[in-house]
Amino acid sequence: MSEPVIEVRDLTIGYDNRVIMQHLDFSVSRGEVFCIMGGSGCGKSTLMKHMIGLFRPMAGDIRLFGESIVSAPEEDKRRLMKRFGVTYQGGALFGSMTVAENVMLPLAEYTDLTESEQREVAEAKLKQVDLAGYGDYMPAELSGGMRKRAGMARALALDPELLFCDEPSAGLDPITSAGLDRLILRMREESGVTIVVVTHDLDSAFTIGEHVIMLDKEAKTIVAEGAPAELRDSSSNIWVREFLSRDGLKH
Amino acid sequence: MEDLVANWAQNTHKRFHRMVEFLGALCREVVCDLRNWRRFRWRDMLYYLALCGQKSVSIVLLICFLMGMVLALQAALQMRKFGTELFVADLVGFSILKELGPLMVAMIATGRAGSAFAAEIGTMKVNEEIAALTTMGVSPVRFLVVPKLFAMLIALPLLTVFGDAAGLLGGLFIGSTWLDLPVQAYWSRTMDVLSPMNLVLGLVKSCVFAVLVTFAGCWRGFESEPDAQGVGRSATDAVVMSILLIVVGDMLLTMFFAMFGY
Repeated sequence: MSEPVIEVRDLTIGYDNRVIMQHLDFSVSRGEVFCIMGGSGCGKSTLMKHMIGLFRPMAGDIRLFGESIVSAPEEDKRRLMKRFGVTYQGGALFGSMTVAENVMLPLAEYTDLTESEQREVAEAKLKQVDLAGYGDYMPAELSGGMRKRAGMARALALDPELLFCDEPSAGLDPITSAGLDRLILRMREESGVTIVVVTHDLDSAFTIGEHVIMLDKEAKTIVAEGAPAELRDSSSNIWVREFLSRDGLKH
Repeated sequence: MEDLVANWAQNTHKRFHRMVEFLGALCREVVCDLRNWRRFRWRDMLYYLALCGQKSVSIVLLICFLMGMVLALQAALQMRKFGTELFVADLVGFSILKELGPLMVAMIATGRAGSAFAAEIGTMKVNEEIAALTTMGVSPVRFLVVPKLFAMLIALPLLTVFGDAAGLLGGLFIGSTWLDLPVQAYWSRTMDVLSPMNLVLGLVKSCVFAVLVTFAGCWRGFESEPDAQGVGRSATDAVVMSILLIVVGDMLLTMFFAMFGY
């Protein structure tokens, strides 16, 4: 097994004094597609937000590339953030900027490229996510799936080693959703990027997920971990088997 | 009961802590942008300058003109009893330049820009755009607040000059029609009693109000709950907070200026 890119140790997360998940222990290996799964409202996205340093955990540690993002000073955190990209549920594109300008933003922030060079990189990234020619569009002019892909182009602008995707298939039709799954797999093939996907979409999980953790709202922790098909067929937890086989029987 | 008080105290402490952090970040980013103007978001500032300034000119002119008229009418009713109608020019001039001009402009800016800032930032929070900025290592304060602050610092003093002129004209209109004072006499009296210092003090106030309106709008936006109702509430809270800060700030500045005889 290759070196871990993410190590989560005895993590407790929550809002104010309310614990959402506790005793979370897992690691993500370099180059794998790792899925965080569970029912609605169980804390999948919250866990991801802790992993990317947006929230501070109640206890425990999260290490990215061997460095703790929990205790890192702001400057080190910023350096760590440069090494990963994040795509959000709705794309989180800035409405006052064109699609290309959105992609150029991290380049302007972290590189010394001239504006024309930034534009070239942005166009290349948009082409990579099948949005060539859409650089001058405003985000409001794009469909939901296109906005997510544009968000992915922005997340890939700095060629990150790690990509976090929050519910990439949420709110999309099955065909667009399958297209995004193919795109994620292609990203992994082309650049070897490690990908962490938060999803409750079984089709996506079975298509792209190599390693899955299942979060349970009642148990407030990880109730199963492994390959999706393996968990569906032989997990000792009946809820996990039911969850994964609900419409996953066709796999 | 004890739990309620403890929770309230804890929340207030956390909110105060966040507010101090926000103010600290704002000061830091303003200094950074002043040192390195290349990274300043000029295009955003021009957008907000149009929103807060250009689009507010007509309403500022109208309200300040009417305010000057009202002030002159009220003063005339009292001064007529003593045959001192000409002093209406003094009252209108001082009140508009030192007090009502900057105050009315700040109130209009609160309704127009303060609530818009809160709603914009609140909506960006709902859409996870603030989170996206943070994970890109871009300071949301620099990206979202600093251009608004500079736009307001340019727009409000300029609008105050327009508002002052409109208010004085409103007084002149009543003086020359209602009081039958010669236009020349009213205007000369106004120019005689007012000094450039009166205008400068009003402009200083408008700069302080610009900071307060921007702070209240943006702060409430960042504190917004991430849902539609939360954004609505933050816009309303921004207006209430702005008005409160403006009135308190006005009182403190007036007391401060009074200490030096102005």
